[in-house]
Amino acid sequence: MPRLSVWFVRCSFIYLFLGFTLGGLILANKGFPFAPWVWNLLPAHMEFLLLGWMVQLTMGVAFWILPRFRSGPSRGNIDLVWSAFVVLNTGIVLVAVQPFFSMAWLTQAGRILETISVLLFVLASWQRVKPLEV
Amino acid sequence: MPLLTRTFIKTALVYFVLALLLGILLALHGSNSLFPVYIHLLVFGWLTQLIFGVVYWMFPKYSNQLPRGREVLSWVTYGTLNIGLILRAIAEPLQASQASNLFSVLLVLSAILQWFSGVAFVANTWQRVKEK
Repeated sequence: MPRLSVWFVRCSFIYLFLGFTLGGLILANKGFPFAPWVWNLLPAHMEFLLLGWMVQLTMGVAFWILPRFRSGPSRGNIDLVWSAFVVLNTGIVLVAVQPFFSMAWLTQAGRILETISVLLFVLASWQRVKPLEV
Repeated sequence: MPLLTRTFIKTALVYFVLALLLGILLALHGSNSLFPVYIHLLVFGWLTQLIFGVVYWMFPKYSNQLPRGREVLSWVTYGTLNIGLILRAIAEPLQASQASNLFSVLLVLSAILQWFSGVAFVANTWQRVKEK
């Protein structure tokens, strides 16, 4: 597994743990309302698990597994993919913290960054979706 | 494909179908109390469980002696995930419509079990995420 994939996947595991923890608190609160404030954690729960866990794991495994190029860098432009990694995680954090700062632009900025991240990843990976002989 | 992976994937497929059937029901009748169940059957029962199964199969070896880590921990992951999710599917809508201490306790138990399934998965898989 290439180093960049290790970064993607380990981060995804951290988000899995955090997302499950937040979700567990929210669900437990549904049973016994011990902390009404936990509902503020719902955006973070969703963002951590949908983007932080699933999308990030997918990017990490795709970067590892997709067919490699026969000439040049085997996995293409790695700087683009590193950028996607940084931008994705920045976006996730912005969306997650927004309820605690009441600044709507944090969510907007976060979502824009997440979109940019995916665009960067698609740009870097598109040509790796190819038959083996190319 | 190891038995645990086959078990994870087939179970995930069952949840996929159940979730889609629930989706049809929600589209026909609508229900706030069933919507979280629908979402979690999809993202937890189907997607995450599928991922757990394939990762267990495909990720780099933990060691020559234990290539996939501690198998019992992965079976614990499977058990806690599914028991937690099923408890949630039962208790969450019932708690919303006719709250009771029983459903409250079941929800807390479900939360703990689902959380623990994630902890067990990460604990057993972390060291399989490596360069060589």
